Amino acid sequence: MAKRIDVSGLTAYYGSHKAIEDISMTVEPRSVTAFIGPSGCGKSTFLRTLNRMHEVTPGGRVEGKVMLDDENLYGSGVDPVSVRRTIGMVFQRPNPFPTMSIFDNVAAGLRLNGSYRKSELNDVVEKSLKGANLWNEVKDRLNKPGSGLSGGQQQRLCIARAIAVEPQVLLMDEPCSALDPISTLAIEDLIGELKERFTIVIVTHNMQQAARVSDRTAFFNLAAVGQPGKLIEIDETERIFSNPSVQATEDYISGRFG
Amino acid sequence: MDITPTSPTSPPPEKQPPLAVDKVSSGKATRPGDRIFLGLSRGSGITLLVVMAAIALFLTVRAASALSKNEGNFLTTFEWNADSAEPSFGIAVLLFGTVVSAIIAMIIAVPVAVGIALFISHYAPRAIAAPLGYVIDLLAAVPSIVYGLWGALFLVPHLEGLYKWFDDYFGWTGILAYNDGTPRSLFTIGILLAIMILPIVTSVSREVFLQSPKMHEEAALALGATRWEVIRMSVLPFGRSGIISASMLGLGRALGETMAVATVLSTSFDIQTSLLDGGGGTIAQNIASGFKEASDDGRDALIASGLVLFLLTLVVNGAARLIVARRKEYSGANA
Amino acid sequence: MNDIMVDKTTDFASAPKTSTLRQPRLPAWAPIGLVALSILLGCGIGIAADLDSKIQWGLISAILFVGITFALTAKVEGKRQAKDRLATSLVWVCFLLAIVPLASLMYETIDRGSKVLDGAFLSHSMNGVLTTQPGGGIYHAIIGTLEQVGIATLIAAPIGLLTAVYLVEYGRGKLAKAVTFFVDVMTGIPSIVAGLFILSLWIIILDFDYSGFAGAMALAILMMPVVVRSTEEMLKLVPNELREASLALGVPKWRTILKVVLPTAIGGITTGVMLAIARIAGETAPIVLLVFGEKVINNNPFEGAQSSLPFYIYEQWSLGNEASYDRAWAAALVLIAFVMILNLVARGIARWKAPKTGR
Repeated sequence: MAKRIDVSGLTAYYGSHKAIEDISMTVEPRSVTAFIGPSGCGKSTFLRTLNRMHEVTPGGRVEGKVMLDDENLYGSGVDPVSVRRTIGMVFQRPNPFPTMSIFDNVAAGLRLNGSYRKSELNDVVEKSLKGANLWNEVKDRLNKPGSGLSGGQQQRLCIARAIAVEPQVLLMDEPCSALDPISTLAIEDLIGELKERFTIVIVTHNMQQAARVSDRTAFFNLAAVGQPGKLIEIDETERIFSNPSVQATEDYISGRFG
Repeated sequence: MDITPTSPTSPPPEKQPPLAVDKVSSGKATRPGDRIFLGLSRGSGITLLVVMAAIALFLTVRAASALSKNEGNFLTTFEWNADSAEPSFGIAVLLFGTVVSAIIAMIIAVPVAVGIALFISHYAPRAIAAPLGYVIDLLAAVPSIVYGLWGALFLVPHLEGLYKWFDDYFGWTGILAYNDGTPRSLFTIGILLAIMILPIVTSVSREVFLQSPKMHEEAALALGATRWEVIRMSVLPFGRSGIISASMLGLGRALGETMAVATVLSTSFDIQTSLLDGGGGTIAQNIASGFKEASDDGRDALIASGLVLFLLTLVVNGAARLIVARRKEYSGANA
Repeated sequence: MNDIMVDKTTDFASAPKTSTLRQPRLPAWAPIGLVALSILLGCGIGIAADLDSKIQWGLISAILFVGITFALTAKVEGKRQAKDRLATSLVWVCFLLAIVPLASLMYETIDRGSKVLDGAFLSHSMNGVLTTQPGGGIYHAIIGTLEQVGIATLIAAPIGLLTAVYLVEYGRGKLAKAVTFFVDVMTGIPSIVAGLFILSLWIIILDFDYSGFAGAMALAILMMPVVVRSTEEMLKLVPNELREASLALGVPKWRTILKVVLPTAIGGITTGVMLAIARIAGETAPIVLLVFGEKVINNNPFEGAQSSLPFYIYEQWSLGNEASYDRAWAAALVLIAFVMILNLVARGIARWKAPKTGR
């Protein structure tokens, strides 16, 4: 299920503004990789280049290579729609479709990909909701609108929706920043479970969170406001937080700036 | 398991009167300046209500006078002889023409308008989308009499071939039969009304589509949806009530349109089986064209028909309001 | 929570996907090629079948384009992509279908209108001009339009503005709800009904004569709700902090509204009023009922019949000869120009004075 991502020489623009420059890294399969760094350093932009969501923003374009195992996501003839189906995404604010029920939200991705029998759909929805630790809370009200759930439940609903289509990789863009501490804990537990099946990349502002959930951590930084963001280093999370090889990382982590 | 105390799904606050402060003064204006100003603005609001009431009242009074003299049946008589000594007139033909032409206009205009609105909001290259929206807004301001002039002198001659072709292939339906003659028919009116309401329906729908929350579009995209699927999953459901109110706005205009119909339609006081053949009439057109020759009683009869039109538009607007209000509960209000 | 995580690995690993990211796709030039092909075929069929209406040629091309695109995509790229392309091509076709009549309207008006439009046309009335003769002008109609619209604005703008202030700043309770509701209802009143109302009240019951003023009252009824709506929107955009800051300084509420709230929103309010003016300037129906039309110059809106630009267009059209058609088109051009300029200036003001809402 889970695939490796190899990024080499990736640069992304908004119009003429260069948002991130020359990033190369490897994301290991079946592990959690966390991106940390100060605001505006381009970690969210970089995340969005990994499933070609960046080009959805008007003026957004990308140079460089992103290899998913042995296929370049930006190769000619690659369909961005298939890319996004293969690499799922969870957003900062929970965004279940407001006009759909809980069931339909989870089934949304599957229904796109052709006709499923009702029983099949039921199975996948149940499996995905269980996978997102949400099944017990919602099994009695699957036909209620998804927007009626609490924020933390909504976010887990979005995770269920993302894993229902069985992606290879799961990208999470600050999935807990709009949630309270208890919901955050629930999501963090969930991430720990999901990494056994998926390659997970998570952007976070919260360094404790990065330390708690991730196996590897990448630190991004920018030289000055208006300059493109760059990857400073990527390493085992333990090393980044105890003994980083770059001074800037240590400064950031120990709270000396940012 | 309800964990979060402040979920973003708490029902959206009621439309807030923006001032919380005047609670302190318990709403009572004590200074003379305050009193005068409050009086003036409240008075204006009341004036507006009075005008509305007066419209209903005076139309009803005149209409009652006309109806009491009517020898025919107002609902079923197929003629309009309101000026004779024994007036006999009925609304049926006019009501039929009004409703049918407006419905034709809606059938043509709404899908096209939604298409253009989507084109501007989601399909057009950015460089042309903004100016295009601007042009559509400007076209919404073109006076209806200009559409009427264009319809009569340009559109009508160009429709003849199309109608003959309709007649060849669909003439057997009866509804689309066409016996030569100038195509100044209800169908032509429908087309013209469609063109007229297109800009306003487009403009309102586009506003709504542009406001559809980005995060739901991204959610759909991230699931691997194509552009159309994104629109179907997140833009259209969000914009549905907007489309409905835009359509109703257009329908209201189409029902009440006077001059464009008066210039284009060749009228007669009967109901044609074929929509393509000239004949029929609409309430507003009948008032405008019959007014100059009308006697006092004739004017009252026209006012009675105007009252029907007034009620018709009230019902349409009321229905639109209800639909929109109901949809609101189950849509992206928390977005 | 862990008990529900049953055999997750087998569950998900059971569907090995060899999904490749590459899908067969039509080349990038395909849409343009298909457009060209469909137009060619459409014209070909048009000529072959001897269809004389160009509208049909266009419709046939459009249908062919949509059909061929769908069929081809379904074959090469699959059903989902085909649906996507179908939607895209339908949206484009909608756009083109709609642009044609609207562009034609503008073109015809400018083309035919510019034929007789000159200085003399703008500065003369129809006094003494035989209807079938060329010549004459719209001076009397311009005077009429300006006066009627001016009076209507003088009535409707203050009432509309104050009503909006009431709704936003004071409005609460039943009265405000009723006003809000009836403003909405009023927006939907057909112009001819507004005309009929003034007719029955002013002319039939109060027994006044037809005059520009009567028309102006009907126009005011049409204008009021538009002004209320747009002003309301603008007042709501004024941030509450501004009001509170002013009130906290001990400024009375009415002065806060006059000196703080209204000046902040004045750009948007002006825009709304101008757009409302542009809307009523083109209204014909109430003028037909209440002003009655006149060929000579009548500067007094309170007495006797007048003309107006939209009425003039209707009148010249109904005369039904080439000379009067020319005059009708020219008047239409002037009217459109007037309305467009109002619109452009209004939107210019809106952009220039826009409150910063970060959009």
